[in-house]
Amino acid sequence: MELKRASAAAGPGSPARPARPVRLRVRRALRRLGFWLSVVVIVSPAILVFLWMLSLSLKTEIDNITYPPVFIPSPPTFANFVAVFEQNSIGRYLWNSIVVSGGATLVALLIGVPAGFGIARAGAHKLTVVILIARMTPALSYLIPLFTVFQFLGLNNTLTALVITHLVITVPIVVYIMAGYFETLPKELEEAALIDGGSVWTTFRYVALPLARPGVVVGTILAFIFSWNNFVFGAVLAGRETRTLPVAVYNVLTFEQLAWGPLAAAAIIVTLPVLLLTILIQKEIVVGLTHGGVKGS
Amino acid sequence: MSMTVTPAAPRAGFLARRRRSYRLFIAPALVVIGAVIVFPWLFTLWMSVFDWKIGSAAHFVGLENYETLLVNRRFIEAVVHTFYFTALAVVVPLLLGTAAAMIFHREFPFRGVLRGVFIMPMMATPVAVALVWTMMFHPQQGVLNYLLSLVGLPPSLWVYSPTLVIPSLVMVEVWHWTPLVMLIVLGGLAALPTEPYESARLDGATEWQLFRFITLPLVAPFLVVAAVIRTIDALKTFDTIYVITGGGPGTASETINLYLYLQAFAFYNIGTASAVVVVFFVIVLALALLLLHVREKTKWS
Repeated sequence: MELKRASAAAGPGSPARPARPVRLRVRRALRRLGFWLSVVVIVSPAILVFLWMLSLSLKTEIDNITYPPVFIPSPPTFANFVAVFEQNSIGRYLWNSIVVSGGATLVALLIGVPAGFGIARAGAHKLTVVILIARMTPALSYLIPLFTVFQFLGLNNTLTALVITHLVITVPIVVYIMAGYFETLPKELEEAALIDGGSVWTTFRYVALPLARPGVVVGTILAFIFSWNNFVFGAVLAGRETRTLPVAVYNVLTFEQLAWGPLAAAAIIVTLPVLLLTILIQKEIVVGLTHGGVKGS
Repeated sequence: MSMTVTPAAPRAGFLARRRRSYRLFIAPALVVIGAVIVFPWLFTLWMSVFDWKIGSAAHFVGLENYETLLVNRRFIEAVVHTFYFTALAVVVPLLLGTAAAMIFHREFPFRGVLRGVFIMPMMATPVAVALVWTMMFHPQQGVLNYLLSLVGLPPSLWVYSPTLVIPSLVMVEVWHWTPLVMLIVLGGLAALPTEPYESARLDGATEWQLFRFITLPLVAPFLVVAAVIRTIDALKTFDTIYVITGGGPGTASETINLYLYLQAFAFYNIGTASAVVVVFFVIVLALALLLLHVREKTKWS
């Protein structure tokens, strides 16, 4: 097919002798064009949805509901962002999200990094099976029991309950990534340290942990992102004051059905930190995700 | 403990002691995993044989919750919707993700940046994404119908049509998760040997033949892993469906997860909801075993 198109482009009128190099050049140019076309086709949906989100958030309400749609805001307005912060106390929900995701990630690191080390060195692979099954269980199924227990303990509507629930997301990610990472580290250094009389703890603290820093970075970022993105835990467990950002953004939808500008602005506020992180440390995220297809509940 | 070690075998004692200390490293995580993950599993199993609404007393009903579920039309329909959604949301990302991986496997200018852009949807907050798609699906002012009009197609009702709602939701899912398939397949492509290609080229094989008879069989294990991961995630989809349609119009897009949410947190039927979880879990477990089996076979991480 490529060949036919190329020869048609070269044309029957071209002289017989030098036709070959011309034809080859045209063929290569066409092939390159086709390749870039496929790049555009495969990448543009990703970027266009985000650009449309940005466009909606920077336009006035009148521009947002005209047909045919306006793409470039003229002039751009930040009124939607101001409105979201003023009317919905987004600042507070932003703080809630930071506390919940930060807290759950911190606890996961404190217990998950040593656990990953222990699993890698003691060969306790049964625990990774538990973690894989946890990865396969729908998030909602954890909510019913935890909701019931929190109600019994009077913890519903508190940030503590949310932090505990988010451990369901963060702990498996950190344990799984760290176990995998410690397994790739050479054992010789640790053995040397043990023979020199170091305890297992000092070996972990001063030999293995410094080497495992890249793994810790990946685990921290992925745990934080998937906790940050979680919606359903907050939707069920949080009260008016303890909503996380995704829950608050969803509520903008239900109360202001047709206010598209503020809606898009709210959507940007919740997802922008994550997108920036993704672009900044793309390589680490790619490594973390391809090794095991980790994803939050 | 070290007292019981006989001096004749000091090395064995040394190793045993070390193993014990490694267990101590795991202990805190075990406690937390037991509390927030294993306890909910057991609790759910226990509650699924009770009739219990929050606020009233629970009483034992045996397997009655399961029996009523299996003859409940709405639940059966939810199962059908789930399978329909899952089938589409696995096959389409797999095809597109493989194509994208073939593209990103080549060297070309701005590859890193473009790959970064391509994986952005995967990391974006699902609720935010769902909100933007809700606006794009709008039949009168949505941008999707405008795009259709540009290529001369009639407007569509998208998620407002009972027949189109699931394919429309799959569009969002495809947009969201094709990058993950791409990354997994890309990892597979990176590990391919070069020799088979060289000899096949010498034999005059076309690009398509190279892909069909060398690349595809070699990345097949990665495709299986991607397929299983995608199946699990598609079965579990909740946020986008809940935000965009809430299971509607009517119950046209109500999946098992949506039905579960209603039973548990709208009607507070904890017993019924727990039985739904168990049935759901059995479905996913079949796939879980498949994943473990495949991982054993490929061992690539």
